Amino acid sequence: MTKERKWLAVPYHLWIVLFVIVPVMLLLFQSFRGLDGSFTLVNIQTYFTSRVYLTMTLQSFFYAFLITVLTLLISYPAAYFLAQTRHKQFWLLVLILPTWMNILLKTYAFIGILSQTGFVNQGLNFIGIGAQQLLFTPLSFLIVATYIEVPFMLLPVFNAIDEIDGSMIKASRDLGAGEWQTFASVIFPLSLSGVRSGIQAVFIPSLSLFMLTRLIAGNRVITLGTAIEQNFLVTQNWGMGSTMGIVLVLIMFGVMFLTRRRRKGVTVR
Amino acid sequence: MKKLTSLALIITVLSIAAYAGGLLLEQAQGTSGQDVFHLYNWGDYIDSDLIDQFEEETGYRVVYETFDSNEAMYTKIQQGGTGYDLAIPSEYMIERMIEENLVVELDHTQIHGLENIDPAFLDLNFDPGNRYSIPYFWGTLGIAYNEELLSDFEFSSWQDLYQLELENSILMIDGARELIGIGLQTLGYSLNSRDEAELAAAADVLSDLAPNIKALVADEIKMYMIQEEASIAVTFSGEAADMMWENESIVYVLPEEGSNLWFDNMVIPHTVQNEEAAYAFINFMLDPNIAAQNADYVGYSTPNEAAMAFLPDETVEDKQFYPSPEMMENLEVYQDLGLEFTGLYNDLFLEFKMFR
Repeated sequence: MTKERKWLAVPYHLWIVLFVIVPVMLLLFQSFRGLDGSFTLVNIQTYFTSRVYLTMTLQSFFYAFLITVLTLLISYPAAYFLAQTRHKQFWLLVLILPTWMNILLKTYAFIGILSQTGFVNQGLNFIGIGAQQLLFTPLSFLIVATYIEVPFMLLPVFNAIDEIDGSMIKASRDLGAGEWQTFASVIFPLSLSGVRSGIQAVFIPSLSLFMLTRLIAGNRVITLGTAIEQNFLVTQNWGMGSTMGIVLVLIMFGVMFLTRRRRKGVTVR
Repeated sequence: MKKLTSLALIITVLSIAAYAGGLLLEQAQGTSGQDVFHLYNWGDYIDSDLIDQFEEETGYRVVYETFDSNEAMYTKIQQGGTGYDLAIPSEYMIERMIEENLVVELDHTQIHGLENIDPAFLDLNFDPGNRYSIPYFWGTLGIAYNEELLSDFEFSSWQDLYQLELENSILMIDGARELIGIGLQTLGYSLNSRDEAELAAAADVLSDLAPNIKALVADEIKMYMIQEEASIAVTFSGEAADMMWENESIVYVLPEEGSNLWFDNMVIPHTVQNEEAAYAFINFMLDPNIAAQNADYVGYSTPNEAAMAFLPDETVEDKQFYPSPEMMENLEVYQDLGLEFTGLYNDLFLEFKMFR
């Protein structure tokens, strides 16, 4: 590496130190502080012996998993067909457009759609099923969370599929592979990198969605985000809040590890 | 590459232009400098016409910022880096802020109109002699319900919320002290209980209430009640007043077992930069005409006795909003519980939310 190139990397290193390493260290440091400010392991002990926190972690994990699976189920076929349409950039733009809107605004729109007198219930009334309680249910939480996260899955998956060299597919066909076989052994393995980044981009934020849990689920779904907010803003127990923050960071490392690019297998390109 | 560079260049130029434009606008309106007044208040907690009037009368420019919980406000003022000239926290938080020297002692020679305030709201335990705070509004926690939707029911106590027929119909305010307080008062205990056995009993009785709770929400309660998404809510008196304004079937009752009585007072936080403006605002708000107009808009009860003459009779005579002295005796004011018990209340609350 030449000297100039090294110099160019300085902002990047500064950024990493100031905004990634230092905050995580601060978080780690805080997590060892008790209510009285002394050094203690009590937060970690509380966390791992508390039925509330452990159930909450499992529940957060479970919902984040469901949201990720749902977004993948919706995004993969969408991205696949999108990559084959004629005006794909235009359609992609249409699908990404909702991310330009403020998330709170979208959430409030869903309150209107899902409420007793909302659009969905009017439809249900019309076809004779009758109004259902939709707001404040785990189902509505899943629907809204999936809607919000879909673009973050769609984009990387689309890019991965779009980048696949057309000649690979042609070659597969020439060698006698059917439609399905081509998909299963050529297209899908080659798009895995996009799926991995998509999972990373969706799973982690889903673990701590806390605004939706109140606005849409009426606190019927509790994620780690709810408890972190409470510990920082209400009870001023920053130590406990940080401990949960650290747990989230560790789970993130776990997800990154599981979805890492493996050396063996399909790294054809 | 060339395209990319020019795109980056255009974005940079536009951003700089937007920033400069923002600065110019700010200067034109004067949001920085000596004649600015930073007010830190709850959302929708002042008639905005009054802000205009205050600006016109005094020449200060008001920057209005809002918070949605005492704790969030406390954290921002305590951490510093903010320049609030006046804040309007509730009594237990004022007590704590006085203890931690986060509020400035008031110079009573600069305050005019304190005699308009009902003596019942002066010289209270959380701030003896009003050395740090001046009353702004007060109110209660109670039950708001829709008479039309629940014509077979009568509500006069917390106990009434436990009826089995009310399954999945109550909107509960998303607050630890409010919810645990209901449990405590159902059992006849104090809202400020620091007895672990009493708290455990309260949590236990609340588990019977859990099936009736449709959702734990905050400011949205108002909207849901007006739209009749739910038929009952546990909410604050002023919120209920707003609902009743929009939907005539809604009624507000103070539970017999007693309830929470709270005060929101004006304080000058230690972050003050424009003390003169802060006093001007306090005096402005003490004016009976202004206080009446504000109370009419906000819907909470005014501590300003002189202002009551300017309010409609039906407001002032409503016993649910201006309770009789006997009813007032049942009401309890929150005390600061200290970190340990604040933590315990919130742990119980989180557990309730988790396993309901």
